[in-house]
Amino acid sequence: MTLAYDELCRRTRERDRSLREKVMTLDAASALVPDGAMVGIGGSTLSRTPLAMIWALIRAGRRDLVCARSISSSEGELLFASGASRHLITSWFSLGIVWGVSRIMRAYTETGRARFEEWSHLAIGLRFRAGAMGVPFLPMRSMLGSDVVAQLPDARTIDCPFTGEKLALVPALNPDVALIHVQRCDAYGNAQIDGLPFMDVDLALAANRVILTTERIVSNDQIRRRPDQTKVPFFAVDAVVEVPFGCAPHECYGVYEPLFDHLDRYAAALKPDAAQGIRDYLECYFYQPKSWIDYLDRIGLAELLDAARRGQSIYDD
Amino acid sequence: MTTDAPSYTASELLAVMSARLLRDGQVVFAGVGIPLLAASLAQRLHAPGLTILFEGGTIGAYVEPGRLPPSTNEQRCTRRANMVLSSTDVLLLLQRGYVDVGFMGGAQIDQYGNLNSSFIGSPQQPATRLPGSGGGNDIASLTEMIVAMKQEKRRFVERVDFVTSPGFLSGGTSRCQAGLVAGGMFRVVTDLGLLGFDEVSKRMTLLALHPGVTVEQVQANTGFELLLASDLAVTDPPAENELRVLRDLDPDRLYTA
Repeated sequence: MTLAYDELCRRTRERDRSLREKVMTLDAASALVPDGAMVGIGGSTLSRTPLAMIWALIRAGRRDLVCARSISSSEGELLFASGASRHLITSWFSLGIVWGVSRIMRAYTETGRARFEEWSHLAIGLRFRAGAMGVPFLPMRSMLGSDVVAQLPDARTIDCPFTGEKLALVPALNPDVALIHVQRCDAYGNAQIDGLPFMDVDLALAANRVILTTERIVSNDQIRRRPDQTKVPFFAVDAVVEVPFGCAPHECYGVYEPLFDHLDRYAAALKPDAAQGIRDYLECYFYQPKSWIDYLDRIGLAELLDAARRGQSIYDD
Repeated sequence: MTTDAPSYTASELLAVMSARLLRDGQVVFAGVGIPLLAASLAQRLHAPGLTILFEGGTIGAYVEPGRLPPSTNEQRCTRRANMVLSSTDVLLLLQRGYVDVGFMGGAQIDQYGNLNSSFIGSPQQPATRLPGSGGGNDIASLTEMIVAMKQEKRRFVERVDFVTSPGFLSGGTSRCQAGLVAGGMFRVVTDLGLLGFDEVSKRMTLLALHPGVTVEQVQANTGFELLLASDLAVTDPPAENELRVLRDLDPDRLYTA
């Protein structure tokens, strides 16, 4: 999975990194993600999940994506249940502590229909960081002695050549494509992230292709007024898609909080029969909507407005 | 327990008892649920200068009453915080040694304080696949740990099915030999009492009983033989103000049902 350095450099050289507008539709962007691709997913748990892009990939019928994310929630369940992915690399996977252990995760992993490859949270972070740094691995001091590392053929334990201490080595992760949702970016892909950045900056620089979805496309002048807020440079970005409420029902920092009522209903619908519940959910919210706006319409204006009110309240004194 | 029904739930007891272990001025790395709640409680009672870190990337959290986050990765975690940074960088603060104490819950623990949140049964054919490590392995590997969990025989087992987050591994010096030179289990807080670890053997030791609980009761809810501290203490029951502040923090009983 770790690319040789010359291959990594070749892939970067072959990308069109010129200053050019990259705005496209969700459908056009989903064509940039082939079946079987290794896909890095930005955000964490219920936060800044690139849900609109995942929605588009599931609708496009993508198969066998190998997905990697810091912590996975309902998007992981939907990727498994839709057949878009059978392999998720992450540190934690369930809808969220208040909803209990994921029945979909259990059903798929316990029967071997899909794989939940578990690394520690820091290990996932350092794998993206090594990828972003252009080095094949990074050393770390956790995971040692645990059964987590024993399950991972791709991790190594070595004696440090300088000190002789035991260290775990984790290999670089350079995804074929990164999916990242941000509050705002310009048409070139200069992306500003408010609030918690999670692993998105490393993920963007590690990936061989980056699809940005954004709440709003703004002018380059606006980006230049606050360059300190720009977290991903345009030359690392290959596509820009404007999708309002692009994380719903998850949150986008300062714009909207999670849509808790929707998530409660989703969890409740999966309770009696998880397989049927999630099939019905996919049908209603993923396959039937004519557009992303139609999807939001089905979620409902009242919930979206309430989430937006709560989201923006982070800036209240 | 006494015949009087206690005026608090087991989760509230856990939160109050573990909050008491946190000291003013410490830097604590807290997981979601009881740890987040107990750290916030300590901050509002005896430890106003407690700095709370979350793996989502928050430094200096000050969670708002009634607006508890569903995980440690949402914007609610950052309100009135000192700083936000990437999750990788906040976890690296553990490795660099800036964190005094890690604080989390657990699904299954063994006599050496190893925690399992990954598999019940074998990893190849698990009876139950659990949600996994999250930052748990990193926190337990790199700093002193407080664990808050209910004491039941199925949770307190002689040997965990899978070591997700390392305690003292197979006891003695085995943790250090595995390369984990920093940290280790410090306290386990349960709804029955307070436990620590023997200095040499690293076996779990009963340090104190909660009011009305007997040693026999604790042992009956433990799947291995507990060591007993020579000066076995009894904890003070949750005080009215501790419960009042706790209920104010979690009025919807999101974490304390």
